[in-house]
Amino acid sequence: MRLSRNARALLRIAVAVGLAFIYVPLVAIVLYAFNASRILAWPPPGWTLHWFSSAFDNAAARDAFLTSVKAGLAATAIALVLGSLASLAVARHRFFGRETISFLVLLPIALPGIVTGVAISNTFTQVLGLPLSLLTVIVGHATFCIVVVYNNAVARLRRLSSSFEEASADLGAHTWQTFRYVTLPGMRSALIAGGLLAFALSFDEIIVTNFTIGAGEETLPIWIFSNLFRPHELPTVNAVAVIVILISIIPVYLAHRLGGEAAAGRSGGGGVETEAAAVP
Amino acid sequence: MRRSDAHPARAAWLIVAGLVAFMLVLAGCGGSSDNGGGGEEEALQKLGKGEGEVSLISWAGYVESEWTKPFEAKTGCKVNDKVAGTSDEMVKLMSTGQYDGVSASGNASARLYAAGYVAPVNVDLVPNYKTVFSDLKDQPYNTFEGVPYGIPHGRGANLLMWNSKEVKPAPDSWEVTFNPQLSSRYKGKISQYDDPMSIAEAAVYLKFHEPSLGIENPYELTEEQFNAAVQLLEEQQANVGEYWGEAAKQISGFANGDNVVGTTWQYQYFALKEEGVPVAASPASQGFLPKEGATGWSDTWMISSKAKHPNCMYQWMNWIIEPKVNAEVAEYFGEAPAQEKACKETKNPNFCSEYHAENPAFWKRVYYWETPLADCGNGEEDCMDYNDWVKAWTSIKG
Amino acid sequence: MASEAALERRSAGHRLADLFHGRRRLQVGALLAGPLGWLVIGYIGSLAVLLITAFWSVDPLSGLVVKNLTFENIETLWSESVYREIVWRTVRTALLVTLTDAAIAFPIAFYMAKVASRRGKAVLVIGILLPLWSSYLVKVYAWRTLLSADGVLHWALNPIGLDTPGYGITAVWLVMSYLWLPYMILPIYAGLERIPDSLISASEDLGASPFTTFRRVILPLAFPAVVAGSIFTFSLTLGDYITPRLVSNDQFIGNVIFNNIANNQPLAAALALVPIVVMIAYLLVARRLGAFEHV
Repeated sequence: MRLSRNARALLRIAVAVGLAFIYVPLVAIVLYAFNASRILAWPPPGWTLHWFSSAFDNAAARDAFLTSVKAGLAATAIALVLGSLASLAVARHRFFGRETISFLVLLPIALPGIVTGVAISNTFTQVLGLPLSLLTVIVGHATFCIVVVYNNAVARLRRLSSSFEEASADLGAHTWQTFRYVTLPGMRSALIAGGLLAFALSFDEIIVTNFTIGAGEETLPIWIFSNLFRPHELPTVNAVAVIVILISIIPVYLAHRLGGEAAAGRSGGGGVETEAAAVP
Repeated sequence: MRRSDAHPARAAWLIVAGLVAFMLVLAGCGGSSDNGGGGEEEALQKLGKGEGEVSLISWAGYVESEWTKPFEAKTGCKVNDKVAGTSDEMVKLMSTGQYDGVSASGNASARLYAAGYVAPVNVDLVPNYKTVFSDLKDQPYNTFEGVPYGIPHGRGANLLMWNSKEVKPAPDSWEVTFNPQLSSRYKGKISQYDDPMSIAEAAVYLKFHEPSLGIENPYELTEEQFNAAVQLLEEQQANVGEYWGEAAKQISGFANGDNVVGTTWQYQYFALKEEGVPVAASPASQGFLPKEGATGWSDTWMISSKAKHPNCMYQWMNWIIEPKVNAEVAEYFGEAPAQEKACKETKNPNFCSEYHAENPAFWKRVYYWETPLADCGNGEEDCMDYNDWVKAWTSIKG
Repeated sequence: MASEAALERRSAGHRLADLFHGRRRLQVGALLAGPLGWLVIGYIGSLAVLLITAFWSVDPLSGLVVKNLTFENIETLWSESVYREIVWRTVRTALLVTLTDAAIAFPIAFYMAKVASRRGKAVLVIGILLPLWSSYLVKVYAWRTLLSADGVLHWALNPIGLDTPGYGITAVWLVMSYLWLPYMILPIYAGLERIPDSLISASEDLGASPFTTFRRVILPLAFPAVVAGSIFTFSLTLGDYITPRLVSNDQFIGNVIFNNIANNQPLAAALALVPIVVMIAYLLVARRLGAFEHV
């Protein structure tokens, strides 16, 4: 698109300001992770690497990290299954109530987390009489992760013509074979991108987790939250956050490569929709 | 669209709607009625082998590795601790039945008992209980219908804390936060506890400064007394900088200079001093109390009626009032120990006298947190109950 | 011969597939059983069980729910003005945050979609997604320190005569706009990407100035994507209670629910009805505006 020089300059400034807005607090987090004082006071009295070594040594933090990874993987797996199933029904068939599915899938993420958390917790402890545990956390996370996978999958399925599937059936493939050899490969990058972002959602979730977690377990956000009560540990928390950001460059990059690039070749930048669609 | 395509999911939707309705009926008939009433639970009769872990809910600073590590080594019971910021959170957590025990203040213990979330404690199974201070035993906040429901942890008063560089002269009265003439000097820098218990703080203030209201117990307030306290807090709201619900929030507030005076616990006070922030509180010579007295707490370890690890819980309750441990606990937090013998074990030999651990008369000026009930205790039934306090607190904060 | 033998040896899976073949009802039913069972029975059912307590009352001492039908909770919320103020404050902030995020996000998304080079695009996308991985709590606490009276904002703005807004509703607005910004950028970016460059070229060829092209071609086409992003900024603000608690004294709907959930669940459930109704209405409007294609 042809833009005047002024317009281009203005746009660049707006982008720079926006990016600064996004990154200044992150820079603050990094600075505090090197802060020599225990209390978050400004300006920091000195610098130290102590908190990073403390973070690595902290068994509770490591356990919490692993628990978060476990819960994230399980929740993502469930979301992938349920989200794909729902998307196949919606994109490939017509039936009464089809439009409502998109609405329904969006609800767990659109309604306040505290409502979702308390509802699930009450159902487990009072109606079902089951204890709260990592399982209940996974159930909670999977519920709002479904939409992330579903949106990606539906968007992709809408662009994949169903004529391929019909051709496959005409050639003698039965239902599973068509799905496995035709549909699934077409959906794969959308599912991967959706899955990675579902994982990110689950990994940082605090409110629903707070209500659904059992006594002996901690996910990383719960660990962070509980250490906000222990001022001695606060800078370690910042160090842990910085470590997580650094580690996360990998999945973010993967999401972009697998989701974005793969489909970008096909239609002008349409593949990008897979990341964007998956975001909530 | 062919008709046959319209049908497939319709039946499914109907079935599903029916199931939802069924769940509602289930909730309506069954559900939470098995928790009603208190005192039906049995206390443990015999102490068995430890179960390997124990899950606790506690206040910040109550369950620290300094004394949990030796406990774990000695008993093999791994300690899982969840820190809560308010009694309401503690009650909510206990209602899930997922925890073995809780360090309950008076504004939680009666509610836990009434809801049936806690079981009586068989004090014969807790040998160290014999030497707990006698004015902590058989109290209305830890004994119900004559049966002990918990093991005392320690007690203390809420402190008035101020930044000694910013607040001069050193205040000796709660007027600095409640009297608009004084508090307006620190407009926007006052720190107040974010909980309905603050109404009791206002009532303590009014008991001293407006005796015509006739307030005796700051937790048993008639409508007139209650409204006066609420009004005081509404006036205070204009000057409050931050309402704190987590200790760390207040610590960072004082450290950053955003707050200069307000109610606090010893935990924050000592944490700030350690960081070199110039905070001060009412001195030991004044009994750590401003002249009106203060609200405070006397906390009790209670055992869940659904405890999955009762043996470990009993071992924990005995451990926490082990003389050496209770001394450590008390000195770490800055509160008076519950265990008589702890006074010989404190690092500071004058600790117990400074904290008035052995002086029951002192504690008459400290109003332990209690659950406000409609029953005024003098035969009248028109006092404000806890729901009224919560609603009022919501309105005060606006 | 060989094919007949092959036919007889068909696996169970193959036979199951034949069962589904051509039977659309069965296919749809099988596909939907899992997701619908989970969402409707599990999730909506749980919600219903919670929300029904809004019509019950509570024993003030124990906090246990008493199952007699009453409208007193709804009445309390309606008649006492503080609850109305809290709801209005929450909704107002949610709208403000949405507008702010749309304003900040659009230039960035536009640049990413239409102006940036391929590598620039990749860098920017990663750059926008990365903050999503840093913990929500850590970010809010970082903002607390930025906003404090002696914090970074004060230190930076004081020389030019301004000052940090401190803690309060402005802080909540700032922090929430910050937190949800990526959720607004990405749908708009996707939506703009989907606008074929040929449309823009055609508009220019027909003589429209860049501004007119923007106003009459790009904006209408991108609007549903903006609405899609707004679903998240609006709903996340509507339900949050941690940020208001950490950077202000203001009570949002979530705070009151949180404060009441232990001792007065019916009142909390009644209040929870409000954001649910608001969000359902919002989603219906958004769907009408075509946002669901862009979510």
